[in-house]
Amino acid sequence: MSAETIDARGLSCPQPVLLAKKAIDRGNFPILVTVDSETSRENVTRLATHAGLSVDVEKQGELFLLRIEKK
Amino acid sequence: MKKFFASFPGIIAAGGIIGAVASYLVYMGNPLNMGICVACFTRDTAGALGLHRAAVVQYIRPELIGFVFGSLVSALAFGEFRPRGGSAPVLRFVLGFFAMVGALVFLGCPWRALGRLAGGDLNGATAIAGLAAGIAVGVWFLKNGYNLGRSTTSRPAAGWVMPIFMLLLLILLALEVKFTPDGPIFFSTTGPGSMHAPLLISLGAGLLVGVLAQRTRFCTMGALRDLILLRDIHLLSGVIAFLVTAFAVNLIIGKFNLGFAPQPVSHSNHLWNFLGMALSGLCFALAGGCPGRQFFLSGEGDGDASVFIFGMFMGAAFAHNLNLAGVPDKFDKASQVLTVGGPSIWGQAAVLIGFAIVLAIGFSMRERS
Repeated sequence: MSAETIDARGLSCPQPVLLAKKAIDRGNFPILVTVDSETSRENVTRLATHAGLSVDVEKQGELFLLRIEKK
Repeated sequence: MKKFFASFPGIIAAGGIIGAVASYLVYMGNPLNMGICVACFTRDTAGALGLHRAAVVQYIRPELIGFVFGSLVSALAFGEFRPRGGSAPVLRFVLGFFAMVGALVFLGCPWRALGRLAGGDLNGATAIAGLAAGIAVGVWFLKNGYNLGRSTTSRPAAGWVMPIFMLLLLILLALEVKFTPDGPIFFSTTGPGSMHAPLLISLGAGLLVGVLAQRTRFCTMGALRDLILLRDIHLLSGVIAFLVTAFAVNLIIGKFNLGFAPQPVSHSNHLWNFLGMALSGLCFALAGGCPGRQFFLSGEGDGDASVFIFGMFMGAAFAHNLNLAGVPDKFDKASQVLTVGGPSIWGQAAVLIGFAIVLAIGFSMRERS
């Protein structure tokens, strides 16, 4: 299993959440999601947390890099 | 503080405060069951500018100005002001246009559907059913690859358009500018447009709502969309809190009256209440936010949301100039005769044409994976 990368920059919700959800359903952890808004960061984090997964957030300039993993 | 607003208690607190504020604005003078109606307020503001000449619905609503300023201040304070745009702006304009046409056939947006329900107007329930149906269709498109494409970060000018437009509106309102002796700016002397809370109270209420909604991402469309699409009740819990506190405050101020008709600025033409709000719901779902959310996003620098709002202004102008908007029920007290209102044949046709156009947008903007 290899990591899955999702580029959700510039997409408004619910697109980033939908992309992350599909990736979670595919199960290729860790999933790396790049978003560029605080709202998307919150929403993707909420999705992953509700699914019982762990989320690490790293801020890089205007971007947020989210790493979703199984606990 | 930042985490609280993103939390479950945060959205409930914000929704509850916004609902109470809505009913309080009725107490302070806004039309019944119209403490906050984003579509109606946009329509009134369009009328004040003379974009339509329906004399009973013309007033620059300070709440809208407050929404944008509140969101702007909050976004700046929390480092979230981000000028951006370029995600299919012209389609967003069309979606804003037909969202407004649908809303004015019903005589309200999702915010007012909630407000009407909280005031006992059961047509609000019909409208919310229509809204849910429209959003469900939107969710189907989202599940099938629909999106309007990426936005890109822009230069500051793109983000400041709506705040500056609102500042100009505030100046026109405060100075009661008359471009000709008879107007515009028009101020209704009768009807819903003549009923309003004092300027500073409306503006202050709008600011408070703008800040809270920007922080919590409060969205009446997103509430139902997330429930249907993701089985997520985060935003929905805020909307339910809105409904509960608006209802409670209405009881306290004696503005609760249960029934379908007669109700203030409302018609009981159920089919068109349902279809009007279904069209709106579909437009909001395809554009990613309810009309309130579009105003809050525009304050954060989202140029695409601003384009949607200008589409709403155009929709409001057309709806009244071309006689598309719903006509309220009329109740003659002497004879006890109720005349059920609703949209003209033109309004009905506009809703159907709106569905055709918006569905075409939905189908054509699907990305094949």
